[in-house]
Amino acid sequence: MDLPVINSIPSSGEPAAGGGCASHSCGSTDDQLGHLPEHIRAKVHNHPCYSEQAHHYFARMHVAVAPACNIQCHYCNRKYDCSNESRPGVVSEVLTPEQAVKKVMAVAANIPQMTVLGIAGPGDPLANPERTFATFRELSEKAPDIKLCVSTNGLALPESVEELAKHNIDHVTITINCVDPDVGAQIYPWVFWNNRRVMGREGAAILIEQQQKGLEMLTARGILVKVNSVMIPGVNDQHLAEVSKVVKAKGAFLHNVMPLIAEPEHGTFYGLMGQASPTPEELQALQDACSGDMNMMRHCRQCRADAVGLLGEDRGLEFTLDKIEDMEIDYAAAMVKRAEVHAQIAQELEQKEQERQFQAQAKAALIALRGEPEVTTRPVLMAVSTKGGGVINEHFGHAREFLVYEASGNGVRFIGHRKTTPYCEGGSSCGEGESALDETLRVLKGCEVVLSAKIGFEPWAPLEAAGIQPNGEHAMEPIEEAIAAVYAEMRAAGRLDASIEPQQKVA
Amino acid sequence: MSLEIIESCVNCYACEPLCPNDAIYQASPHFLIDPDKCTECLGDFDHAQCASICPIEGAIVDELGVALNLPGSLTGISAEMLAKYQAAVEAAYQAALDAKAG
Repeated sequence: MDLPVINSIPSSGEPAAGGGCASHSCGSTDDQLGHLPEHIRAKVHNHPCYSEQAHHYFARMHVAVAPACNIQCHYCNRKYDCSNESRPGVVSEVLTPEQAVKKVMAVAANIPQMTVLGIAGPGDPLANPERTFATFRELSEKAPDIKLCVSTNGLALPESVEELAKHNIDHVTITINCVDPDVGAQIYPWVFWNNRRVMGREGAAILIEQQQKGLEMLTARGILVKVNSVMIPGVNDQHLAEVSKVVKAKGAFLHNVMPLIAEPEHGTFYGLMGQASPTPEELQALQDACSGDMNMMRHCRQCRADAVGLLGEDRGLEFTLDKIEDMEIDYAAAMVKRAEVHAQIAQELEQKEQERQFQAQAKAALIALRGEPEVTTRPVLMAVSTKGGGVINEHFGHAREFLVYEASGNGVRFIGHRKTTPYCEGGSSCGEGESALDETLRVLKGCEVVLSAKIGFEPWAPLEAAGIQPNGEHAMEPIEEAIAAVYAEMRAAGRLDASIEPQQKVA
Repeated sequence: MSLEIIESCVNCYACEPLCPNDAIYQASPHFLIDPDKCTECLGDFDHAQCASICPIEGAIVDELGVALNLPGSLTGISAEMLAKYQAAVEAAYQAALDAKAG
């Protein structure tokens, strides 16, 4: 395939519609990865959990080999094993390292886009060092084309750094919810440290010290560190901007602020206490506040400790122990196929990158010619439904989540995702979708447009009534280009004057 | 003297490597303690190691059947809250059944 360097020039001679740039990596998107040093970009370009762009193309999996934990968090219930929930710390079956290796190879052979294997629980991987490192050791021998990463609470991190480096694990995620023991005391009831259970503030202080020490040790060795934080309104929401500053200063390269998940039926302390979770707006405001200091991650799906597939999908049921038992895997052949698929995706991404650079240059040239354009249009949130690949290819009624983007005079930027219950599961039995539609209308609050591959007649009027314009005209088009085009239409129609308030009717 | 792991154990493995006497072993449906080997950590540690890391209140008991970790002591979840939890679980289960029945 030729690289269409010339083809990417918009035929009109104008930069893409929507105020100059259709790519998420330019304009005001200071939280994207575009400006990272080349050696870091090379490490994350195909890692779905580290690169927003990669998550449309590459898949990840977690293997649940680490059931033990050395701390208690108030958002976690240690009586895991719920097959119907999708959230961190939950798994269906705990695997031995041998079973995990077999599962990883089966998935890698069947889902060639799977580039990353993470160990994330359901307890703390570093509180299960033998099981965790046995899995890594065998995989690095048998499946050298898979990236290995680990997610930890950080308590046992300093003592594990040597071993992590030995297994070539160059992506580590530390969950850091606070740098202040008084805040920590409201999140962690105890930690297990030096052969005793340490309660309250004292325990939180130990955890914080170890996390910070571990972070420094990892970055000193050039290991990439992402920091996850759970946003808990009234507990650490005011504190997380400080956390972001501190971890950036110590060399973390990406900060992922996630909303608390707390429902009574989860049986967690927060769930039973009625602790509120942040709204999408509150989460976005905090992410924006942190983004001045730090690269922010906004595409996290808070997946299960045994998730399989693209972020936002879970194909774990295709790879249960009894099913992989019957699979014959020729990994040498699989590696060849995997390399081909990865090369194809890399080529596609390379084209997009060239297009992005071209448009950035075109925009710069235009600004040099005419001066900085005055931004007079207001930003608009739009939701899209996608099955992956960076295009609008999911029907409205089938969407389990919507990706939310902000279009403005500065371009299009990714804001986050919102989960919902699919309005209809397909077929002709869509008659009883009212409550699911109500849920979708609620999660799309703040969005003025929803773009899907197809939107049925039934949800059309309720969407319009709620001030959300349904749009099925951009099926199979790249997400950001479609959004930029819709934004340009809205501008042409005079709907983007800064003085016009969006017509939102959803409570 | 010996401690005992009872049925509320969730098989998280946390206790097994900590036992100074290798008294804890994996069994079905849950981990068990060999009463001939368990010393309740006397002479080795100030606190029984298994009970010091176990996240499940009440899962480890002494010879008299008394829990080493009392309800609410580890999670802050009181008996009252636990009842609320059970009601919520039952409601969710019932809703799933109703949805299935259509």
